[in-house]
Amino acid sequence: MANNISVGAAAPGCKKVDPILVADNVTRQFGGLTAVDVAHLEIPRGQITALIGPNGAGKTTLFNLLTGFDKPNTGTWIYDGKNLAGVSSYKVARLGMVRTFQLTKALSLLTVIDNMRLGAQNQPGENFLRSFLKPLWIKYENQITAKADDLLKRFKLDAKREDYAAALSGGQRKLLEMARALMSDPKLVMLDEPMAGVNPALTQSLLEHIKDLKKNGTTVLFVEHDMHMVRHISDWVVVMAEGKIVAEGPPAIVMKDQAVIDAYLGAHADTDLGTVAIKTVKEKK
Amino acid sequence: MDWLAIFNLALGELISPLTAAYILCAIGLAVHFGFTGLMNFGQAAFAAVGAYGLAIGVLTLGLPTWAAVIFGIFCAVVFALVLGIPTLRLRADYLAIVTIAAAEIFRYLMLTSGFSGVTGGSAGLSAFNEEFRALNPFPDGEYGFGPFTFREEELWMRIVGWLAVVLAALFVMFVMRSPWGRVLRGIREDEDAVRSLGKNVFAYKLQALIIGGVIAAVGGMIFVLNLSNVQPASWGTNFTFMIWTVLLLGGAATILGPIVGGMLFFLLLTLTQSIIGGLVDIGVINFLSPPQVGQVRFLIIGLVLMLLVIFRPQGIFGNKKEMQFNG
Repeated sequence: MANNISVGAAAPGCKKVDPILVADNVTRQFGGLTAVDVAHLEIPRGQITALIGPNGAGKTTLFNLLTGFDKPNTGTWIYDGKNLAGVSSYKVARLGMVRTFQLTKALSLLTVIDNMRLGAQNQPGENFLRSFLKPLWIKYENQITAKADDLLKRFKLDAKREDYAAALSGGQRKLLEMARALMSDPKLVMLDEPMAGVNPALTQSLLEHIKDLKKNGTTVLFVEHDMHMVRHISDWVVVMAEGKIVAEGPPAIVMKDQAVIDAYLGAHADTDLGTVAIKTVKEKK
Repeated sequence: MDWLAIFNLALGELISPLTAAYILCAIGLAVHFGFTGLMNFGQAAFAAVGAYGLAIGVLTLGLPTWAAVIFGIFCAVVFALVLGIPTLRLRADYLAIVTIAAAEIFRYLMLTSGFSGVTGGSAGLSAFNEEFRALNPFPDGEYGFGPFTFREEELWMRIVGWLAVVLAALFVMFVMRSPWGRVLRGIREDEDAVRSLGKNVFAYKLQALIIGGVIAAVGGMIFVLNLSNVQPASWGTNFTFMIWTVLLLGGAATILGPIVGGMLFFLLLTLTQSIIGGLVDIGVINFLSPPQVGQVRFLIIGLVLMLLVIFRPQGIFGNKKEMQFNG
């Protein structure tokens, strides 16, 4: 079926019209287990791509490999025309490919505003020798503080500005981590389970934030188990299982693929388990 | 018991050069542990490197004192690089093991007779501080009042030692308030998170190790200038653990903490020594012999360290929210 993201029909490893990230032959083995074995994967620029699959499919490992937090056994990947294989994680982040973590890594004993300021790149005061000369960095510091305050307001964390990050709730920490990642104006944001543990009241605002990212031209790649989120905000879905890419396509189509649903999301992915139970009971009667 | 003499002695310890030396080492450790989260259990080695660097600079290399001080600092930087480059990629607890081993290796190297031509072996080095004493600008005589009465060379030593403390404290306060210090505190919390924000964590940890190590090296120099000799026996693991006690007493992630912690530590150390010793002398405590008093005192210090970590991990000045051992 035709779509405006892939070149030709959607299929595992298909070419994209405008990819921002192209990975080839990326494998990672842990002992005898092959955790990731991706032959070819392209992430479309300016779109929201969901990476889904059962537990142990290798989604987070693939994230770690692409962002330099883990080293693959084989493989190359090109981000925005630059080969990133073997590049250390902090350099990957400086190139505009910023990630968040499945287990939130808020810097607990720093204040919320200091967390945000750390997200900015190129602060000259972060160089040891220049840190002595306040005039060299104070102007930039004021700029990033203003930007941080603006982001905190958007993420409704401005009331917590001076609190330690440890004092935030789990959902607020997820928001803080995402806001902090945005301080550097990344080109590609990689969110590892942004909704895990987030209170449903915050879910809607998180979804809006992710849609806003797309509006501002940022590419988003996220791992998620929450099918509601995948269906509502993603433009493209990549399904992984046992380390391989097994399906790709626009969400409406991938979700209807019976094989994908049964094998990777469970046979009742679409129905509330409560209803299933009630129906079964009624049918028995 | 002569209570006046006991209190005079204890008050004198407050500003002794030995106290200043320990405080400098504790400020260095605050940079390592309190601000960057590096579990350095080899701080004695940094102090020893500075002390031997100074002594060897003067005696073997024939440098003037100022150049020997710079040589000692240079040695501490080299030691930090040698220690840090292979180990700073390790997790915090592994770093603790490696640093304690490195400190012992350095001490045994200084002890071995193979290098005794340069290091003095087990006898150590002395007579390297003559030029330092000659630099004393104060004329002969007694200065000060009450427990703070010093002869001219004692005054000179105290002024140099405490000037170094003040400069080190101001320096650390200044850099920790800058964005550079913010990155260090971020690394203390979670280095992967800081890495994901585009900071070269390894370089920051190495810089912190060097800066804390250099401050400790200056502390080691004050220590040996005061004693007039360098001996390998001074730099055992108990030296490191006394520094940890000083740091934790005051508060690890603070500037004032190591200073007040060090003063309080030596005040208590002298008081307990004098009071228990006095009670043994007059027969009130009859189950201890005079040589055991020194050991009982360290037993009490060990107990205090345990109680501190359990009940007040942030120290006297620390913010409890900012320094917790369970993260």
